[in-house]
Amino acid sequence: MRELRLVRNIRLGIKNLVLNGLRSLLTMLGMVFGVGSVIAMLSVGEGASQEALEQIRRLGSENILISSVKPVEEEASPQVRIFMSIYGLTYADEQRIRETFSAVRNTVAVKSVRKEARVGTRAMEIRAMGVTPGWFDLVKRPLLAGRALTPQDEERRAAVVVITETVARRLLPIEHPLGSFIQVSGEIFEVVGIVQSMSTQGAGIQAPDREEDIYLPLGTARERYGDLVMRRSAGSFMREQVELHQVIVQVDDVSRVENTARAIEEMLERFHKKKDYRIDVPLALLRQAEATKRTFNIVLGSIAGISLLVGGIGIMNIMLASVTERTREIGIRRAIGAKRRQIVGQFLIETVVLSTAGGAIGICVGLLIPLLITYFAGLTTIVTAGSLVLSVVISLSVGIVFGLYPAVRAARLDPIEALRHE
Amino acid sequence: MNPGAASIRLEEVWKTYRVGGEDVHALAGVSIAFPQGSFWAIMGPSGSGKSTLLNLLGCLDRPSRGACYIQDQPTAGVDDDALSEIRLRHLGFVFQSFNLIAQLSVRENIELPLFYLGWDAERSRRRAEELAALVGLEQRLGHRPSELSGGQQQRVAIARALANDPRIILADEPTGNLDTATGIQIMELLGDLNRRGKTVIMVTHEPEIAAYARHRLHIRDGRIDRIESADG
Ligand SMILES: Nc1ncnc2c1ncn2[C@@H]1O[C@H](COP(=O)(O)OP(=O)(O)OP(=O)(O)O)[C@@H](O)[C@H]1O
Ligand SMILES: [Mg+2]
Repeated sequence: MRELRLVRNIRLGIKNLVLNGLRSLLTMLGMVFGVGSVIAMLSVGEGASQEALEQIRRLGSENILISSVKPVEEEASPQVRIFMSIYGLTYADEQRIRETFSAVRNTVAVKSVRKEARVGTRAMEIRAMGVTPGWFDLVKRPLLAGRALTPQDEERRAAVVVITETVARRLLPIEHPLGSFIQVSGEIFEVVGIVQSMSTQGAGIQAPDREEDIYLPLGTARERYGDLVMRRSAGSFMREQVELHQVIVQVDDVSRVENTARAIEEMLERFHKKKDYRIDVPLALLRQAEATKRTFNIVLGSIAGISLLVGGIGIMNIMLASVTERTREIGIRRAIGAKRRQIVGQFLIETVVLSTAGGAIGICVGLLIPLLITYFAGLTTIVTAGSLVLSVVISLSVGIVFGLYPAVRAARLDPIEALRHE
Repeated sequence: MNPGAASIRLEEVWKTYRVGGEDVHALAGVSIAFPQGSFWAIMGPSGSGKSTLLNLLGCLDRPSRGACYIQDQPTAGVDDDALSEIRLRHLGFVFQSFNLIAQLSVRENIELPLFYLGWDAERSRRRAEELAALVGLEQRLGHRPSELSGGQQQRVAIARALANDPRIILADEPTGNLDTATGIQIMELLGDLNRRGKTVIMVTHEPEIAAYARHRLHIRDGRIDRIESADG
């Protein structure tokens, strides 16, 4: 019986709102845009942070990335002509890291040089990566054909390469790539494997692998190309000597990553006079990204909260006007025997119907906007179930909070005064 | 209930308004009993306190002093909900300006008291049809009040006042907005209800209208001036 009355009350409320169609619609707009923007903003935020988190996760949360960096002082003063600059991580560093720390499960040393690769008349700029065999476990890229580099390749300083799909398509579009030979700066290598290409965009740190990579055993790279790089810059030759461009350290347990990173840093500080390396800890970046996401959500939440507040005030304003306009109706209902709480109920239900209808339309808008954003701006958007639930809860509570005052005011009217109202 | 029992009784009732620091006595010591099934016209000059009296009888207001009993239930010292409950169960109102809710249809207006009584939709529907037939408006159930003449609107209002089957009907100048012929129709309807046992108390200025009532209560300056009763 009670439920039945609630249903009739809701029907009555809807009817009243339909009677004032345009006005109800305009009143709802505040809620529509409020809820719509909440969902849309949260979806953009969620999409962006998911993407960032995914990229960081791909770097491996149990990894530490140490990269060679040209010291700042040398870069800052180009007038001082330093014709030879020696910096970066050394083979000795890598060995020390591998042997000193018990938490280190494995290390991968990387030497990377920009070269031109050619097959017949086809040529492309590539990055020749001298890597130790652990590399392929680390980057987790699926092997499409052939095999990965092995410790034997390393030992024999074999002239073999694993290339990415992209390189294979560009250099060996018609040939069967496996077993083909490619020429990199005068050296000939046999292609033994192909790995999948995957485009990665920046997320704080550069992923160690790229699309235009070819991988060869580190020993081979060192033997064929040496550690010296000639660079032509500002009319003069610049010589750089870098042993390793990157050392990737795999720690046996996630909980030991941060301490190990700190210990490695201390050790490197002792052996390097200049700071010619950089340490990135994906795990720390992950934490940071998560914290950023929280902050972002709080900011978005506040903006959304303000817009919903505005929407709510709009609704309250209309309901107060409605109460004044319907003073006589209230008087009639009271004379007939309606209790105060029934008047409160009637007006409250109307406001809640108004705000939830606005919320419902807002949800539709909020589902539509992310699609448009993805379509036109190419951003990843993710509408979470949480944001939908939040919207429903918010629109209900906006209705109740902002409807209560007008409703109570309606119920407090003196029936005689109300009946006399024109 | 014995026929002579009072449906409404007032004992030394005062209603005082404070206007600009001065007390205005809209009612100044009124004592009277309205027996069940009687028909009353309350008359008097403008501002004499007729509406004030009717509002007290209708539990829309409470006396400043004195006591008021509806069906022997005191209205002093009870809360707003209890007064609403008395209005809902025992009273029916008819107003000068009809006071129908413009957005609702004739049917929905008549069903309004039943909604607050918690009747289900089907039963309410049947009751509304019955009452519309009683006042001769069974063809107009789907109409809006604005589509009806004044007399028809007042008949809808009477149907609504009867929906909760009240023992007492209170009317404040029910014919005030109607022409004489239509006013007479309304009075006949009220007279008919009185013959069916309802206590009818109405305020009116017009002697021809008052003539339908058995008793005429004359008020002057918030006091009972005199009571005239027709014989028989
Ligand atoms: N809310 C109020 N505040 C102050 N004074 C009031 C109030 N209501 C009524 N009065 C006063 O009480 C007196 C009686 O008013 P009431 O409305 O009962 O007169 P009435 O007999 O119905 O007059 P009419 O025939 O013009 O309708 C008047 O002097 C009026 O000014
Ligand atoms: Mg009056």
